[in-house]
Amino acid sequence: MKADVEKKAEVIKKEDKPVADKIKVGHVHMSGCTGCLVSLADNYGGLLTILDRYADLVYGLTLADVRHIPKMDVALVEGSVCIQDKLSVEEIKETREKAAVVVAVGGCACYGNITRFGRGGQTNQPQHESYLPIGDLIKVDVYIPGCAPTPQLIRNVCVMAYLLLKGNKDQQELATKYLTPLMQLADRGTEACGCDLMYHIINQGLCMGCGSCAAACPVRAITHEYGKPNVNREMCIKCGACYAQCPRSFFNFDVMNEFEGIMEAIDGALK
Amino acid sequence: MGRSSEVNKMGTELGKYKLCVSARSSDKEILKKAQDGGIVTQLFKYALEEGIIDGAIVSGPGDEPWRPRPFVATTVDELMKSRGTKYNLSPNVSFIKEATRSYGLDRIGIVGTPCQMQATRKGQLYPVGLRDVPDKIALAIGIFCMENFPYQSIKQLVEDHAAMNLNAVKKMEIGKGKFWVYGERGQVVQLPLKVTHKYEQPGCHVCLDYVANLADVSTGSVGSPDGWSTVFVRTKKGDDIWSKAITAGCFETKAIEQVKPGLELVSKLANEKITKNQKTVEERAKFGVNKALRNPYISPK
Repeated sequence: MKADVEKKAEVIKKEDKPVADKIKVGHVHMSGCTGCLVSLADNYGGLLTILDRYADLVYGLTLADVRHIPKMDVALVEGSVCIQDKLSVEEIKETREKAAVVVAVGGCACYGNITRFGRGGQTNQPQHESYLPIGDLIKVDVYIPGCAPTPQLIRNVCVMAYLLLKGNKDQQELATKYLTPLMQLADRGTEACGCDLMYHIINQGLCMGCGSCAAACPVRAITHEYGKPNVNREMCIKCGACYAQCPRSFFNFDVMNEFEGIMEAIDGALK
Repeated sequence: MGRSSEVNKMGTELGKYKLCVSARSSDKEILKKAQDGGIVTQLFKYALEEGIIDGAIVSGPGDEPWRPRPFVATTVDELMKSRGTKYNLSPNVSFIKEATRSYGLDRIGIVGTPCQMQATRKGQLYPVGLRDVPDKIALAIGIFCMENFPYQSIKQLVEDHAAMNLNAVKKMEIGKGKFWVYGERGQVVQLPLKVTHKYEQPGCHVCLDYVANLADVSTGSVGSPDGWSTVFVRTKKGDDIWSKAITAGCFETKAIEQVKPGLELVSKLANEKITKNQKTVEERAKFGVNKALRNPYISPK
């Protein structure tokens, strides 16, 4: 009996997963509401699996006891940069230097989102009035738009980033294909609005009235008129979710046709 | 019997599928108002009764005659009200998140056109604004689609071209190269598709999918005899539900090889659509003077 207990304790002590192959990930918090971080955490068990098998969290507000931005493989940046705040400007530049891949997580980091509406005047630092998406100050590699970005998209990107950096040739190929449109979004620029649906979908003769944009909108600003989206522009917070969700903003057949296998692989990776 | 390999034999125009049959519902009530074989209503009914789905996003009756609106059906009664094809836009995907929120569905059924199936899969792989939705899609049924129409186009076709009152229409159908309007009192008007083409929704002209390649199960009239539907079972989920429904006696089936006009016609029409629209996509690249229209299949720029 006693021997059993000792044996069990020994088993528990041993870490059965090698940690050497993990990628180093950091969460960099700029001017945001921490909703993106909450979304990451909302992967629950999935997040623990990610941290257990694929990624070490080397930097993160309240999560990792590290003061200065360390070297890392992937920086998940939340929030926009207040250009009147010297430290924020320094830190975003430092993030670019220290991280191999910079991911803008959420509407604020990608497009400014709700911080676009900042006019300053808030208690403590009333002069803080100008907020820029991180792509206006540094080169950004991958966008995860949305307010908040969804736990599932953050999860998918984390798994794909791991496969890209540590996977075999096939896995790297898949990860590249998967991440390409999110990299193209990053390349595309730092301005987003419900108006994108007019400019780049309806005006371009591409809308087929599926309803994805209305489903994606976090503030329910989108209704349908004549079967096409109509954005209440007063309500739009400029998060970029509607355009990115639209199947006519990007649709990569080489990835979508494999949806069943990819979803199984992601599920499997997190089991 | 009709069970093909994972890679289909006839090229890529029909997408991947595990099984293709001709089928119809064995429920007379469903068939009464079904467009063809009542496949969508029957499969959702079975899935709902078995608890495979908690509800389904369908095209239910809207405020005007023959104008559908997305509707979350959680009872068989509600499903029955949505039988039949309405040839105009119903943004079903717009309810995909709401179905998991206000309606509290954990397992969603959704029916849609090929583009709506594409939207659903994109929503699962790239859930930009669809928090907690990707894992809740339990059954996605796609319907064959050559093109769709805005409601105002249907109104114009029925009221101006066919000179019928929309209120008095019993059924509309596109088949055998014509647009058919059936009146409640037995009158039938047919319009040549040459007339209907210009009223089509422009966004359909870049679509490269005819038979809903990304659905779990896709279905449509083409390929099967009148009153029957052609059914492709595509994914593991689809296969699982379909085979259970067959065991439960929900459908009569015939081998697709044994019906007329058969798969050959489906392939022919699929290739026609894809070839025509691929050409449109290419023409968009040189639409202006050294200025292109956007190509969503290349990038979001």
